[in-house]
Amino acid sequence: MTRKTKEIFSLGILKDNPIYRQMLGICSALAVTNLMTNSFIMGLGLIFVASFSSLTVSIIRQFTPKHIRMMVQTLIISAYVIIVDIVLKAYMPDMSEALGPYVGLIITNCIIMGRCEAFAQSNPPLPSFLDGVASGVGYASVLLIIAFFRELLGFGTVFGYTVFGDWWVNWIFMIMPPGAFFMLGILIWVANYYVPKESEEKPSMGGAK
Amino acid sequence: MENIHPITILMASIFTSNMILANFLGMCSFIAVSKEIKTSLGIGQAVTFVLTGTSVINYLIYHYILIPYQLEYLRFIVFIITIAAFVQIVEMIVERYLPTLYYSLGIFLPLITVNCAILGVSLFMVIRSYSFLQSIAFGIGSGLGWMLAIVAMAGIRQKIKNAPVPKGLQGAGITLIITGLMALAFIGFSGIVNIQ
Repeated sequence: MTRKTKEIFSLGILKDNPIYRQMLGICSALAVTNLMTNSFIMGLGLIFVASFSSLTVSIIRQFTPKHIRMMVQTLIISAYVIIVDIVLKAYMPDMSEALGPYVGLIITNCIIMGRCEAFAQSNPPLPSFLDGVASGVGYASVLLIIAFFRELLGFGTVFGYTVFGDWWVNWIFMIMPPGAFFMLGILIWVANYYVPKESEEKPSMGGAK
Repeated sequence: MENIHPITILMASIFTSNMILANFLGMCSFIAVSKEIKTSLGIGQAVTFVLTGTSVINYLIYHYILIPYQLEYLRFIVFIITIAAFVQIVEMIVERYLPTLYYSLGIFLPLITVNCAILGVSLFMVIRSYSFLQSIAFGIGSGLGWMLAIVAMAGIRQKIKNAPVPKGLQGAGITLIITGLMALAFIGFSGIVNIQ
């Protein structure tokens, strides 16, 4: 069990990382990464939704008719996203404002759908839950890496605390959309060099694009 | 948001707040499909049509059903169901009456359901509290802007097919870098109209 858990985490976070390896869920990865705080909250939200929807899909997998499973998965995911949205609105109204539509867009984030379809649909509840957590953590860590560079270069701050002094001239460019595209492109380049590729291709990968 | 003319919104959503280049929506299919001009034109048309249809339907549902019954928090579920149903119906109609178009679109039509641009437009429409006409203009404009970006990208990708791209950067990496350059070029339009 522990060995399998370790394997799930190393796959989800490093070797099969949803963003730079599977190219899933990059819409939100680009949109919220101009500030580290935003990315952190977004990552937490995604870990929550991914893990619990994998758990739920796995629990009810025997009772779900095959041909409507996509619809069922979407509804489960939407229900958890609504919870995240309501919690954010209640306790962090500023954050909810800043993230805007991207909280709702967790529903169409292909990572969650992809994990439900590829893993939770055919595995028992506990590993599915862990798989959801692992994918979520993989997603959140990439988000934080991108956000770290964008915020540092764009505002001279990390998590809102000033790192560079007055001498630093902000690269406005990094906060704007092109900066996000370049950062992710460079990250993929670096990741392709340093993270070993999984040799066998999994045919069940990428159920939802 | 009441005083912006719908035509301004139309132009702005095509150029200055383009769905892909400024809001990062619909990136998954953007990277996966933008390999050939012909197929990207097909999916671009399909997305434009579905976007226009769903933004109208979602506007009506949100303002005449969800708000009167104070069910705004259900909008995520309702919107995604509307989109899925709309795509399904369009698929059936196209298959029945326009078989040639159906075969040229192929797999892309059902995939549109999970395109974040569609849900994103509906959510933006609610957040920015657009009127009915503004929502239609926003839907059409976002679709056209998306199509413009993906067709341009397909054209560029066909040209760089034989270029000596560094190994780690091949595929998605170089596509993202080019998208960044395109986004940079589109920032040049931002003086024309601005709806942020």
